[in-house]
Order: sequence, then C-alpha cells, then structure tokens
Amino acid sequence: MDIKMPQLGESVTEGTINKWLVKPGDSVTKYQPLAEVITDKVNAEIPAPQDGVIGSLLIAEGTTVKVGTLIATMNEAGAAAPAPSAAPATTAPVAGAAPATVSSAPPGENLLRGPNGDLPGGSPPGALAKGGTATLDRGNARYSPAVLKLAQENGLDLTRIPGSGLGGRITRKDVEAVIAAGGQPAAAPVAQPVAADPSCVGGMVAAQAGTEQVISAPVAAPSPAPAARPLVQTAEGDQILPVDPVRRAIANKMLQSKHEAPHAWTMMTADVTGLVKLKELHGAEFKRREGISLSFVPFFIKAVVESLKEYPIINSQWAGDQIVIKKEINISIAVATETALAVPVIKNADRQSIAGLAHSVVELAGKARSGKLSLAEISGGTFTVNNTGAFGSFMSAPIINHPQAAILSFEAITKQPVVLENDAIAIRSIMNLCLSLDHRVLDGLVCGRFLQAVKTRLQSYGPGTVNLY
Amino acid sequence: MAVLNFVEAVRETLRQEMRRDKDVWVVGEDVGKKGGVFGATLGLFDEFGETRVQDSPLTESAIVGVGIGSALYGTKPVCEIQFADFIFPAFNQIISEAAKMRYRSNGDWTVPMVIRAPFGGGIHGGLYHSQSVEQYFTNTAGLKVVVPSTPRDAKGLLAAAIRDADPVLFFEHKGLYRAIKEEVPDEEYIIPIGKADVKRDGSDITVITYGKAVHFCLEAAKELAKEGVEALVLDLRTLLPLDREAIIAAAKKTGKVLIVHEAGKTHGIGSEVSAIIAEECLFDLDAPVQRLCGPDIPAMPYASPMEKAYMLDPQKCLAAMRALAQF
Amino acid sequence: MTTETGMRHHALGLSNEQLIEMYEYMLQTRRIDERLWLLQRGGKIAFVISPQGAEAAQVGCAYAFRAGQDWFTPYYRDLGINLVAGVTPREIFLAAFARGACPASGGKQMPSHWGNRPKNVISGSSPVTTQLLHAVGIAQGARMRGDDVVVYTCCGEGSSNQGDFHEALNWAGVHKLPVLFFIQNNEYAISVSLEKQLAGGSVAKRGPGYGMPGIEVDGTDFLAVYAAAKEAHDRARAGEGPTLIEAKCVRLTSHSSDDDQRRYREAAELEAMKAKDPLVKARAYLYEAGVLTEELESALEAKVAAAINDGCDWAEAQPYADPAFAMTHVYAEEGI
Repeated sequence: MDIKMPQLGESVTEGTINKWLVKPGDSVTKYQPLAEVITDKVNAEIPAPQDGVIGSLLIAEGTTVKVGTLIATMNEAGAAAPAPSAAPATTAPVAGAAPATVSSAPPGENLLRGPNGDLPGGSPPGALAKGGTATLDRGNARYSPAVLKLAQENGLDLTRIPGSGLGGRITRKDVEAVIAAGGQPAAAPVAQPVAADPSCVGGMVAAQAGTEQVISAPVAAPSPAPAARPLVQTAEGDQILPVDPVRRAIANKMLQSKHEAPHAWTMMTADVTGLVKLKELHGAEFKRREGISLSFVPFFIKAVVESLKEYPIINSQWAGDQIVIKKEINISIAVATETALAVPVIKNADRQSIAGLAHSVVELAGKARSGKLSLAEISGGTFTVNNTGAFGSFMSAPIINHPQAAILSFEAITKQPVVLENDAIAIRSIMNLCLSLDHRVLDGLVCGRFLQAVKTRLQSYGPGTVNLY
Repeated sequence: MAVLNFVEAVRETLRQEMRRDKDVWVVGEDVGKKGGVFGATLGLFDEFGETRVQDSPLTESAIVGVGIGSALYGTKPVCEIQFADFIFPAFNQIISEAAKMRYRSNGDWTVPMVIRAPFGGGIHGGLYHSQSVEQYFTNTAGLKVVVPSTPRDAKGLLAAAIRDADPVLFFEHKGLYRAIKEEVPDEEYIIPIGKADVKRDGSDITVITYGKAVHFCLEAAKELAKEGVEALVLDLRTLLPLDREAIIAAAKKTGKVLIVHEAGKTHGIGSEVSAIIAEECLFDLDAPVQRLCGPDIPAMPYASPMEKAYMLDPQKCLAAMRALAQF
Repeated sequence: MTTETGMRHHALGLSNEQLIEMYEYMLQTRRIDERLWLLQRGGKIAFVISPQGAEAAQVGCAYAFRAGQDWFTPYYRDLGINLVAGVTPREIFLAAFARGACPASGGKQMPSHWGNRPKNVISGSSPVTTQLLHAVGIAQGARMRGDDVVVYTCCGEGSSNQGDFHEALNWAGVHKLPVLFFIQNNEYAISVSLEKQLAGGSVAKRGPGYGMPGIEVDGTDFLAVYAAAKEAHDRARAGEGPTLIEAKCVRLTSHSSDDDQRRYREAAELEAMKAKDPLVKARAYLYEAGVLTEELESALEAKVAAAINDGCDWAEAQPYADPAFAMTHVYAEEGI
C-alpha cells in the first residue's frame, strides 16, 4: 500500500523527510514510526498505517515534498508480497458503513404510481417517493418542523404519540389530535431525549431550543441582513453612530490584519538626549531655511530605513507559500485626523535626506488632514512608522498595516533619571520603541536585531553627527 | 345572470369595456370580420367598426409595439396574440419596452395595455399550439401576468386588466374556452389583479394551482373527499404579482402543499411558490413541498399518447394529492 | 451663383430670422456634444454618443415639425431633434450627469436615452428600432381621437435591417398613418460599412415596397432636409400617409465614447469626410446669403457657450437620486 506525506497541520502544504526510521524489508507494526518529518509548523513522526513489511522508500532524507506525495510503499501483513488488487478491496468499506435499509415497499415500487400505473405527471413529485422510502427505516423518530413546534409549544413527548403517516411517521394531524384531546398524561421518564439522535431533524432543533430566537429570526425576516451585526444591548440615552464608509474601511483593515497575521510585540528603550539637543540647536535655523518645523519624525524614518536596509526581511510581506521581500522601501506614516486614520506613503524613503523626509511628512500629513490624498499616495507602503508619542503615549501595541510584516511605534520622549555606565545618575531624554510583527514572517531574533539597530541609530543622532541635508 | 362559457365571458367583457370607454380598442390577427380564430372578438367589428376592432398584418412584434405606442398616446389597446406560442417575436417589445417604460421614465410615460393570448395544451396542438409561456414573463417586474380559470374570473379579471395602468399579459387556457360554463353576472365587476382565490376549502392538504389545472385538482379533490381527505385548492389567478399572503395562509392551514401547473417544472411558478413557503412557513410544514408540473422537455408533442403523457389530468392530480395526504 | 444659392431659404418660406435660429440649433447641437466629449474624457461622465455630422439632418427635419403638438420617438443620436422639440441644455446635461432631476429617467438610463413628457418626446431604450413601432401606435391613437398630430421617428441605416423597421413601415403604409420615418444614414453601423449592411444599397428604395415614397436627401444640407421633411409633414397632415426619408449623413466622431473609428476607417476617408461637415456648409450658406456676419456669429457662439456653461455647471451641481429611487415606478401603485 501507499504511504503519503500527511498534512501535519492547518495550512501546511509540504514536509521534509528528516530521517527514515525504517529500511526496506523491515517488518513494522501498526503506528510504529516510519520517518521523522519537518514542516514549517510541526516536526513529527509518521506512523505505519498497519502491520506489514516496508517495500521501498521513495524520498531521500532531506528532501521536501508536497503533502500527498507518495513517499514509501509497504506490503500488509499476511498479504502475498505484491498484492495490488487485494489492498484496495480490504480497505474500501472503512467509512460510511450504513446499516442495511429496511423497506416495507418492494424495491422499484413507485409510491406515487396511480391505480393504473400511469405516471402521475410528466414531471412527478419525486421527494415523496424517495423520501418516503427513507422515512421507513427511521420509523417515527423523524419529525417535521410543524410537529416539533407543536410538541414544544404544548409540552408533548413525541415518543409517546402514535404516528399515522407514512411508515408510522407522526403527522401534524396526529399531534393536533392529542392537543385537541387535552394533551398527554404526566410523562414517564424518557430514557432517550429526542435530541439524542443527532442525525434526526429534531436533534438539531431540540439542541437549539434555548436559542429559539436565533432559529426563528430568519423566518420572520426572510431578506438577508446586510452584515452580521453583533448583538449590543442599548439603553435609553445611548447614542447610536452610523458606521460610515471610512470607519468601515478602517474596521475591515484592522480586523483583517488581526485575523490573518499572528501579532507578536516587543519593546526597547532608547536614549535620545542627543537628538533632542540637535533639534533644540538646529530647529530655528531649519525653520528659517526650509519653511517648516523640524520634528523628530524624519529622524525616526531615517533610522528605520537604514535599519531596514540592514535587515531586509523586515521589509517584506506574507504571500501564502512565499515571503516577498520588497525591493523598495516605502514608509507608511500613520496620520490621525479627528474622525479617521490615514496612512500616506513616502515612496523610496531611503533615498531622502532628513530635510526631504521632513517635507514629505508635512506635505502628506497636510493632505491627509484635508482629505486630499490620492490613491497613489496611500498605496505601496512596505513598513509603517507610527508617531504615537505625539499624543503622549509611552507604550503601545500597534496593529500591523496589512499586508506589511511589521510596524514600529515611536513613543513619547520623556526626561528620566538614568543610571549611566559609570554608575552615575543623570537626567536623560528617553523614549520607547514598540514593534508589532507578523510572526508568520518574522521571529523574535531578527526583530530584536532590527530594533536594536534602530535604537543604536537614534542614540547616535546629535549635534554634528547627522547631516540634515 | 347569463350562463356563459369562458370565451363568451371574454367577449362580453371586451364588449362591455369598449362600450364603457371609447379609448379601448382591439387589435390582432383575424380579430375583425372573422371575430378571432377562437371567436373571442365575434361581433365586435360590427358594433365598433374597423378603427376600434383592427385586423393587424401578420406581425406579432408590431401588434404589441403599435399597441405600446397607442397606449403612450393615451388609448387602451387590447392586443390579441393568436396563439401564445407566437408571442416570441414580440418578446423584445414586451420585455424591453412595455415592462420598462414606466420605470425608465419615472411614470411620465406608461403603457396601460392588455395582451391576450390563448395558451395551454391538450387540444392536439403539438409543439407550437400548446405551450404554456407564462413563465417567460413572470420574472420581469413591470409586467402583470394573469391566468383566469373560470368564466366568472375571466370577466372580472379582464375588466381589471383593461382598466389597469400597467401592461397586463392575460393568458386564457384554450382547453377552457368551451369546456367550462357557469353563471356570470351581467353587470360590470372587477376582480383585483394580484388576489388568489380559494376554490375549495379543506384541512388536510393544500393544492396551489392555476389555469386549467384548477379544474383537474377540484375534480381530484372531490374524489379524495370520498376517502376522507379534504383538500384546499388555491387558484393563484395572478402569477405576477403573486398573492404571497394567500399562499402563506393556505400552506400554513394544512402544512402539506402540492403545487400543480401545466408549465414546465424547472424554474417554474412552483419553484417560486415553494420558495415563499420555505421562507415563511417552515414551522408549519408537515411534509416536503411537492410539485406536479409539466416535464422539462421543449414542448408538448402532437400524437395523442405523447400528448397525454405530457398533460396533467385528474388522475395524475389525485395520485399526487393522495400520496401527500398519506405522508 | 452666390445670390441664387443665398435665396434658397426664401424659396422654402423661411425668413432670415428662422435661418439664424436653425443655425443656432445646429451650433448648439455641435457645441453641447463637444462639451460632452470633454466631460467624458475628463472622467466626469461615463458615456457619449454623438450627433456630429448629422446636425443639419436633425435640425432641418425637426424644424418642419410643430414643437408641443407633434410627437417624437427619436433615436439615441437625436440631440438636435430634442433641442428643436424644446428640450433645454440644462435637461440634456442632467441626463449626461445622470442626476435625479433628469426628466428623461432621473439617472436610471444612460445618456442620450431621451424622454420628455411635456415636449412629447417618448422615452427610448437601447434595443434599436423598437421606437418605430411606437411611432406607428401613436399615430394610430391620434387618428382614433381625431387629433392633428404628425409623428417623427428615426433610426440609423443599420437599424433599417431590424424586423421592427419593416413591420412598422408596412403597418403605417397599410393604414396611411401620419408618420415620418427619418433614416440618418451615416454609412456605418458601429464598424460595419454600408455594403455589408444594406442589400440594394439604399434605405429609401425600401419605401415604395411599403406603399410610401422613399426620398433620398443630402443630410449635410439642412435646407434640403428641411424641404423634404416639410413635404412629408404636409403629406401626413393631408392624410396621404407616411414618408420614408433617408438623409445621407456623415459620422464625424466614432460610434460612441467606447469606440475608435480609426481602427476600421482609413485616414483618407476620415479626412475627406471633413469637407462634408454640415455645420461648415451651413455657415458658408449663411454667409453667402448675407445673413451671418462675423459680429453675429461671435454673438451666437457666445450665446450658445453661455447656455452650455450654465447647463453644464448647473446640472453637475444637482444631486443624484437617492438609491431608494431605484425601487420606484415599477407599477402604478407606487410613487404616485
């Protein structure tokens, strides 16, 4: 029989034979490990499907193959060495062993056939003929919706109502007759509740009896609701805000990112005293020369793009069975407005000076606030820089900007007493760097190195150490 | 009160409406001196003259298209398509123009017209004189589709159709023209379009049908009553718009529903009716909804045994109704 | 020669003032269409289908009709017919921008699907030639009521192959109904040229087969078209029945904004066609007749431009219909 590469986890599409634990001719018992397999999710041993003798090993150790690939053959115990035809025959009736159907109607008899054997119509009602036969083997345990509803409403035990329908089925009329006669006497304890048979229609309905509203809702309102709306209790005075398209787009994007990308989070602290000094020293001159204020953001971006060049894997995207490392470094910058969140993109941010970045940031932020961003200006980002410090945050866990692999928040710069290397205590300007990463693409080690690189660069910025133009 | 057959009821209604409103006029092939191939317009030419009872050239698209134009101008055309099987050259005019005129002009331009067409089989008409074409039109909003089953209904519904502000397709089963007679009130009356009618009340099973099949089902119901089964027979009468309330009430009453029509089964009226029942009546259903319909073949064959195999009859209806009662 | 040519409109009973009015309609037709193309190419509207090359045919023909009394079932290029029938530039631009106040359809239909109840312009659809039968029916209704109405209906030479064309002509011929069947032959049915469309090479020749005169006329000469249409209109009113007029036009633009005729027409052919530009010819006539001066011409251009700017800006500023409007006017019970 064939032994194939199993699917060892959700979304796993291939596996690598790390080591064969058996060789051709070995006798194996059922569940005995045959091989060690490595996948991107789990490492596991493949067990023998049954007793037998290993035929041939078809995949060399170290080779990666798709799920479902034939990797070895074995002969079953007791079978003549190669028994290709016998094998499938013995394995066939594994699933779906149905009990033989008991039918009181002779096979082939059409229940709808008229007295003269005429066809009832060119296109006869088929369900009764087929369904009718099927009901016979279930006896009276298959209930129509009408019967179930009446029984529930009137507290009737259907197992104690005789059925007059086809094959002893309990009909609506049967239940109505019981109700008309004043209902049932007190029920003797019933061994098997209706719901015990999960295959019967009643099982489903009875199991959901506690949530009847949920079942009946679509009946009352047949037209489909526009979107699933979570049930929210409202009280008098609550304000209801409609979700406008912008809010909807943000919600969808955030949800998609959180659903698809397994977020991991890490934080480092940077001493940016030098950077603060630089800004104090050169801010006025910069403003005079460039016409815009010098903020910290261009430095953050500079530190990020240079670090991305050092660790290009951070500048990447998850693509199912591939990871795409982007050539361009396009930095998305999160810009909060009163009502929405815009994320314009600085294209090829690695080619710009601090001054150039400063201009780009001011221009894009201005457009974002006035709602004038073009599609091109919000497309193509490869990594997002988030200046959460601007509104005083000192720690945050940002949601990754789908489909990017990571996002970095720059938190508020605060003066803190710090213990220096020589054990002296000094007042320094300190900020936190918070990185969220897509753990499908990135692991802690590379992210740590990347974040360290950003931190080192930031700490190096100071008067005279960085060229603004 | 006069006893009229179906085609006489149609003719008397045309006469009544043409006397009542001088804008009403009749147009079609052979509707003039001959009085129509089925005699539906017999005598109208003599009473109202050539302008209002007009023989058209042999051009179905023009019968409907000219009708539309005259309705746009404000007159009330009653167009006759000689056999429903020949309505297809006019399909474009009906679907693209009549059905959409009010919608596309927001009520500035409307097409109050009636298109009468004899349909249905069992009259040795073969492929092209037997078809039930109503289902080609019932998924086009903007149209109304009416199929009466009795002389009394034919009169009230045709009067309603002629007075309606929208285009109405009025299909008359040829097999009923002279087969059914009943007392029909002499005075004017209207049966509202869009209202189904319980032709027979019952508590055990519900049969939903229209056209000639109504009579087959009523006959079968009488037979079934001898076995102690009382069938409710609902005559839809209008196929577009469907009387949802009546369908739901009739289905809920017994919880067992059989839909019967001569037109083909797939994507048929029965499909829509059963969908309504599925949407609205789940917890009242006591059996799967059943359909007894024309087979899914292109049309009704000519030779008697094959025609009989296609056509519904009381025995076929009885068998399906009995099986449903027994479920 | 000049004097003789310049007197043609007097021979047709047209005053100088009427001549100028006709020219202004042609100019307005051209300039509105030019603006529509700009709007389309600028992404403001989705679709344009042009009357350019048929302005003389449309204005010349419509001028023989009585706006407000006669009825019109135009085809999609009939911008000029609509203007002469009384439809305003504002209304034209409402349709172009698909605005809720558009009298044709409130934004339900594409542009150039005309319709204007107060002006007796019937709502039109996209399947070609259906409107010819409506025209016959209108004439039938008018005759039943004894009303003095002549009906204008129109289609292209390509549409003259549709069954409805033949059914309509035959019916109108049988009953001698007051209809003018006006065929604007611009030599192309989208990309298919005359020789692949018309067996016999002439639409006009089909008229006698249906019991009516078939007149061929130079569709780029507005006075020639007017003369033919006026005669047909007189015949109709006199109870002599319908007339078929085939106006030989040119199509200066592609079939529509979704088409590029350079893909199927030779450059030389397109170049040669410019000599037949009906607007250029009309302008030349008015100058020859001494009716048009440079001063008057620039005044007319300014007047037309002002009306277009007003119509375009105003219409663009009007709101779309509410989406719920899509559910209205299906049957009489609603929205009334």
